[in-house]
Amino acid sequence: MFKILNAQFIAPGIKRFVIEAPRIARKQRPGQFVIIRVNETGERIPLTIEKSDPEKGTVNIVVQSIGKTTHLLNSLETGDSILDMVGPLGKPSEIEKFGTVVVMGGGVGTAMAYPTASAMKRAGNRVITIIGGRNKDLVLLESEMREVSDTVFVTTDDGSYADKGLVTDKLRQLIENGTRIDLVLAVGPIPMMRAVADMTRKERIKTMVSLNPIMIDGTGMCGGCRVLVEGKSEFACVDGPEFDAHRVDFAILVQRNAMYREAEKRSMENYQHEVEQKKTAAPAEDEVACALEGKK
Amino acid sequence: MSTPPTSKTPAKKSSNPIPNKERMKMPRQHMPEALPQVRNKQFTEVNLGYSAELARQEALRCIECAKPTCVTDCPVGVKVKDFVQLIVDGDYLGAAAKIREDNVLPAITGRVCPQEDHCEGGCLLNKKGQSLGIGYLERFVADYEQQHFDVSKIVKAAPTGKKVAIVGSGPSGLTAAGDLVTKGHKVHVFEALHEIGGVLVYGIPEFRLPKAIIRQQVDYMRAMGVEFETDVVVGRTITIDELMEEEGYDAVFIGTGAGLPQFMGISGEHLNGVYSANEFLTRINLMHAYEFPKYDEPMVDFRGKNVAVIGGGNTALDAIRSSLRLGAGKAFILYRRSEAEMPARIEEIKHAKEEGIEFQVLAAPLEFLDDGKGWLKGARCQKMELGEPDLSGRRRPVPLPGSEYEIPLAVAIMAIGTTANPIIQTTTPGLATTKKGYIQADDTTQKTSRRGVFAGGDIVTGGATVILAMGAGRRAAKSIHEFLASGEW
Repeated sequence: MFKILNAQFIAPGIKRFVIEAPRIARKQRPGQFVIIRVNETGERIPLTIEKSDPEKGTVNIVVQSIGKTTHLLNSLETGDSILDMVGPLGKPSEIEKFGTVVVMGGGVGTAMAYPTASAMKRAGNRVITIIGGRNKDLVLLESEMREVSDTVFVTTDDGSYADKGLVTDKLRQLIENGTRIDLVLAVGPIPMMRAVADMTRKERIKTMVSLNPIMIDGTGMCGGCRVLVEGKSEFACVDGPEFDAHRVDFAILVQRNAMYREAEKRSMENYQHEVEQKKTAAPAEDEVACALEGKK
Repeated sequence: MSTPPTSKTPAKKSSNPIPNKERMKMPRQHMPEALPQVRNKQFTEVNLGYSAELARQEALRCIECAKPTCVTDCPVGVKVKDFVQLIVDGDYLGAAAKIREDNVLPAITGRVCPQEDHCEGGCLLNKKGQSLGIGYLERFVADYEQQHFDVSKIVKAAPTGKKVAIVGSGPSGLTAAGDLVTKGHKVHVFEALHEIGGVLVYGIPEFRLPKAIIRQQVDYMRAMGVEFETDVVVGRTITIDELMEEEGYDAVFIGTGAGLPQFMGISGEHLNGVYSANEFLTRINLMHAYEFPKYDEPMVDFRGKNVAVIGGGNTALDAIRSSLRLGAGKAFILYRRSEAEMPARIEEIKHAKEEGIEFQVLAAPLEFLDDGKGWLKGARCQKMELGEPDLSGRRRPVPLPGSEYEIPLAVAIMAIGTTANPIIQTTTPGLATTKKGYIQADDTTQKTSRRGVFAGGDIVTGGATVILAMGAGRRAAKSIHEFLASGEW
């Protein structure tokens, strides 16, 4: 059992958990992730590590409610426990002095990009960070990113905050302005990472993306997370999760991630139904608490 | 200092009243089985086990060879002749204790061992008919023990003060753990997944090895004093060096098992509907996907669909028989050699055929076909003929020119073996590996190139069987004990 020492919504539908996991906290490096299983009947899903504190033995994860498991997870509160959490998994990001590094975070991907941005800065790089979200509320970790970056650009799809547009618009501007870029790291939704890859390929800028395929064990045993990298099968859990963006077949990633769409929908509907039933049974005070916490 | 209690019965004259000549005429007792047309729709166990009466009848067939090959052919050296005699005597707990002197997982080996390759293979009864049902008898005794033996009676050995870390809770790790704890060492087993048992849990389906059986065998080991910790990926969560330097382990045994699943490298392997056997079986066995939506792990809908498993080993048969149980309309094995070369257990092949699995042998896929939406719709295959024997001693499949044909398929499961998992090798400096990336270990001592570090099972040999991994665990435990006692490497 892994105890939740703190749980707080940092944006609507996005919650940060501080979890007691001393072994993982000690070993976590930027770019790595964990796999969790909420309860006995739960599935195993990979999740982003925002940061960890080896002294306190805690690991922070940031979770966006998307399907049943993430909704269920985000219904947990301080003092609750997660049945299983294993990690840190995957290869750490390659951290060295590249020169100027552009770190791009889309939505909850920003949490995964944050420890790498921080490490890149410590390694002596000039770090330009571009983060974005659909709207103001979904721009995550802006102040944290400011602390570890030389420059931070923020975009929102709807213009409700900072610059209206996509993170890739900002990257294009940087390239067009003649900014020297030695490395781009992009973490976010697949369309965003693909767009970044297409943009930097022409410019021959080395670009890394952190992939999020379907995964079960996370140790290389099942092969479910295989991605096509220059025509060759690689496993995101042991060979990744970061890959050279210019070699990744994004279309296959999109296709494979949609494999269980029907079942995921059914799970979600069942879960919502259960939640509804519970609500009618006992009018919820936690709903109020949720609503209060829902805002930053 | 005896943990599990050893048999009180000393070697003695047989109590079997039947003359040897008569014994050889007695037929082998059939294993009671669930009906094929019932069991192929459910995941409950196929073999139902001998009753005490059947067990005695079968045990009476043993001709008590002076030099029993059943013992020497067993990778862990179970004293078959002795435990069978104890069954004849009606001393079932004594028989269980006798097995446990050499095998800590009798309820498991009694179910999944390829007995025909080991104990039953050299049985003299084969010459007159069928070998003694040693596996069935072992299973009977083990199940009897689980129901009747009080584990609180286990006397723990006097502590030696030495600590051993076991990496991986599969057959080799559990065996090493069991042998070491009886010597009084403190044994801690690390498992990467959330359940103890490794391949026994994620790889072997419920209908062949129920999870409850594994749990009982593990509980027995807990009662012996073995500690277990899940959710630890050694190499990631903690390294071998950290185990020894910071957590104070005097020795480490690496039994991390089969590695990354292999694919053929043909076109279309990334289509939705193409699985590795490891992923498919993990979804079914570890994650209970067959009980979706009660369990959250999903599986594609198999109902009424054509499903093929590529391969001819036990894993292939487990996968195809599971597919049938998920409701596959047509389930078949696609194997590039002939049935005679199949590495699967004979009993599994028999069971699979009874259940309605079709065997398309001497055939292999050349490419998987896309339905235009990213899902598998079929395979283009090629027929084979057998040529000269290859390195494995089996006749090599040779493609027949002009024999290509297409088959419609919704699901294809690749059960063609594994390659070495690199996590420990790449995080343990100085640990020597083979050309193929497996850990180098001595055949008899299981010692690796690192002092105090031993390895065995599939991470050393590549994919093999439960019992061969157990044999390696046993050898490792013996040499770990010697190392801990002498301090000499």
